[in-house]
Amino acid sequence: MAYAEQAETEALHEPKSFLTKYIWSQDHKVIAVQYSLTALFVGLIAVVLSGLMRMQIGFPGSLAFMDASTYYQAMTMHGMIMVIYLLTALFLGGFGNYLIPLMVGARDMVFPYVNMLSYWFYLLAVVVLLSSFFVPGGPTGSGWTLYPPQSISQGTPGVEWGIVLMLISLAIFIVAATMGGLNYVTTVLQARTHGMTLFRMPLSVWGIFMASIMALLAFPALFVSAVMMLFDKLLGTSFFMPAMVSLGQQLDHQGGSPILFQHLFWFFGHPEVYIVALPAFGLVSDLISTHARKNIFGYRMMVWAIIAIGVLSFVVWAHHMYVSGMNPYFGFFFAVTTLIIAVPTALKVYNWVLTLWRGDIHLTVPMLFALAFIVTFLVGGLTGLFLGNVIVDIPLSDTYFVVAHFHMVMGVAPVLVVFGGIYHWFPKVTGRMFNDTLGKLHFWITFLGTYAIFFPMHYLGFQGMPRRYYAYDNYAFIPQSAHELNAFITVVALTVGVSQLLFVFNMAWSVFKGKPAGSNPWGAASLEWQTPDTPPVHGNWGEKLPVVHRWPYDYSVPGIDQDFVPQTVSAEELEHMRQRSEGARIADVKT
Amino acid sequence: MNRLLLRNADGADPGGSWNRDPEGIQAGAGADGSHVAKTGLRLFLAVVSSLFFLFLLAFIARSQMADWLPLTEPMAPLANPWQLWVNSAFLVLSCISLQWSRMAARRARMDATVIAFVVGGGFAIAFLAGQLWVWQQFVAWGYFVASNPANSFFYLLTGVHGLHLLGGLVAWGRTVGKILRQVPLPQLSASVELCAIYWHYLLGLWFVLFALLSSTPQTYETIARLCGLR
Repeated sequence: MAYAEQAETEALHEPKSFLTKYIWSQDHKVIAVQYSLTALFVGLIAVVLSGLMRMQIGFPGSLAFMDASTYYQAMTMHGMIMVIYLLTALFLGGFGNYLIPLMVGARDMVFPYVNMLSYWFYLLAVVVLLSSFFVPGGPTGSGWTLYPPQSISQGTPGVEWGIVLMLISLAIFIVAATMGGLNYVTTVLQARTHGMTLFRMPLSVWGIFMASIMALLAFPALFVSAVMMLFDKLLGTSFFMPAMVSLGQQLDHQGGSPILFQHLFWFFGHPEVYIVALPAFGLVSDLISTHARKNIFGYRMMVWAIIAIGVLSFVVWAHHMYVSGMNPYFGFFFAVTTLIIAVPTALKVYNWVLTLWRGDIHLTVPMLFALAFIVTFLVGGLTGLFLGNVIVDIPLSDTYFVVAHFHMVMGVAPVLVVFGGIYHWFPKVTGRMFNDTLGKLHFWITFLGTYAIFFPMHYLGFQGMPRRYYAYDNYAFIPQSAHELNAFITVVALTVGVSQLLFVFNMAWSVFKGKPAGSNPWGAASLEWQTPDTPPVHGNWGEKLPVVHRWPYDYSVPGIDQDFVPQTVSAEELEHMRQRSEGARIADVKT
Repeated sequence: MNRLLLRNADGADPGGSWNRDPEGIQAGAGADGSHVAKTGLRLFLAVVSSLFFLFLLAFIARSQMADWLPLTEPMAPLANPWQLWVNSAFLVLSCISLQWSRMAARRARMDATVIAFVVGGGFAIAFLAGQLWVWQQFVAWGYFVASNPANSFFYLLTGVHGLHLLGGLVAWGRTVGKILRQVPLPQLSASVELCAIYWHYLLGLWFVLFALLSSTPQTYETIARLCGLR
């Protein structure tokens, strides 16, 4: 019996008590909300940490508690939280959990219990990570890349407890991500409803699907490096630790290879960029198509581009290591692969723009965020082409140009999609609309603000301002104008940081007081908007699973008045719609 | 580019089945619960393969450093790895038993299924005990985890492999629980099947690890050259 049929015949065991419904829930929608809220909470902590750092850079000495150690701890935790615990968790655990079963027409994930465990392991990873703020020595301050030997050598903040908790937390997170990833991939492969071929899946599902496969294969590299570094730290082995003298003492380590750690870390680290970016690509494609009332341009190309980017992202990692002293031929190889990956990526950008061209663009809040994403990603991607070339990278390496690049492409761009996605699916998740004015205010402050923050950093980088410095006073090569620019950036960064409360308030208020949204406020064609109940109830689809007859991008179909055709509309129903539209037009002409 | 092209770009239905009857293209056909579990397990095995592949790459890279003292030298513990051969035999017997159980389940022979399944788990426990015994020998001969990178990798790789088998034994224990609760054979056979697949994988993995750990530095050097690590 096919899985979809089995799902129809099996009885649904609806959770009855509060605990099983909202806390120990196995329902993908509840788990998605749990993942999202936890990720957003921990993300807010990371925003506060960045505010503290900016205070130190813009107005040195203004915070009494901010010494070099605290600065590096804030920097490390900010980076790690944003990349792993916010973006990865939110795209895969949040959006992935909510959207995959609804978009492919399943009742739930195929392994609901494992899915629940995935969230609780993630929460445990977050708790272990945050607990490092409260242990002697505080969290690790070794930078988010945790390079040895520095990260486990005396003198680095958090060398006793912080680094151990960080590594353990990462290992737990990887277990959580693996449990989640197995669910997402198996659900897409096995639990699609009647008629839902792989090439009828929305690009959101394709993006999350590919990112999950990548996460399953790339996270082991981080796991391997975390375990081996824990051995070096706790058992005194020398996997990564070379022979060295620390604080006048010859250490017991010998012969280890710090470069080996860098290879392992970036073998995870670069795919990680696309683990975040591919879901963003997918979500933004759906947002653009829906709000421009146009079918996505080049659907098949978009899918193959997602797959190509996923595969290529495993052979570009060493472009993060151009200054590690590698063989020049090695650098040449990785520069070439890095530039090749720009081809499918550019293809996606062209297709988004062509989707917009002559579309019936509705400048809703989600659409604003989606449009902002295209621009931001383009800017961040172009500076990536600079840095992908060894010869340009070497002088720019470790300057603010790099900070500007990766914040644009990997920070701001995906976060814009996160916001766009939340605004877009909020009516389905809660059944209520958000406040449009507050949403637009939030958009403009965030969009313009992030440009004001990160655009000038390119200039600072070209001027030679190094990254990772705790204080920039008394360096002859840093002019006064750079200090003034830094003060400006700090003021904007704090404004943007505080303005995120608008979003928090809007969401919290709208959950209870927002206008009822109806089942399909955007007039979207994909399956998640065709559920019998809004918000969808346990089991999603009532007695019968939906039957899919078409792709999810039938917008503005010629000859039909309604400007979207849901995936569930059959050929016969479409013919009826066409005839009705024709009849209405004839009646109009007569009157 | 004309307007129509953009309106209906891409030939409208990328599934190539714009108006096709959905009954004929049922996705995931034949995918019942046990297929789903098998797919999940195979994906998990891909993850484990990635994990060990990276461990082994790290092993080869690290083995090319000057301080590496091979465990296969004449006086070193793996000069004659007979204990590892004994342990390997336990794991092979464990796999044979589980395969037997799997085949008996297919033929609906409950007793043979149960006996072979329990015996298979017993041999797996014997394998793990044997591995701990090897560790004890290492410690007794002064080959501690931190005294040389070759030792570190030996403990690390056998440990991580053992932990995976221990995880398998948790699944095995749950299946034994099903046997005790007298769950009907069709339900039982799905669990037996999954355990058998996992065991076979771990056996294959063990032979890869065993072959590598007991190889000579010259072999490591050859592999390192092939991988461009030297």
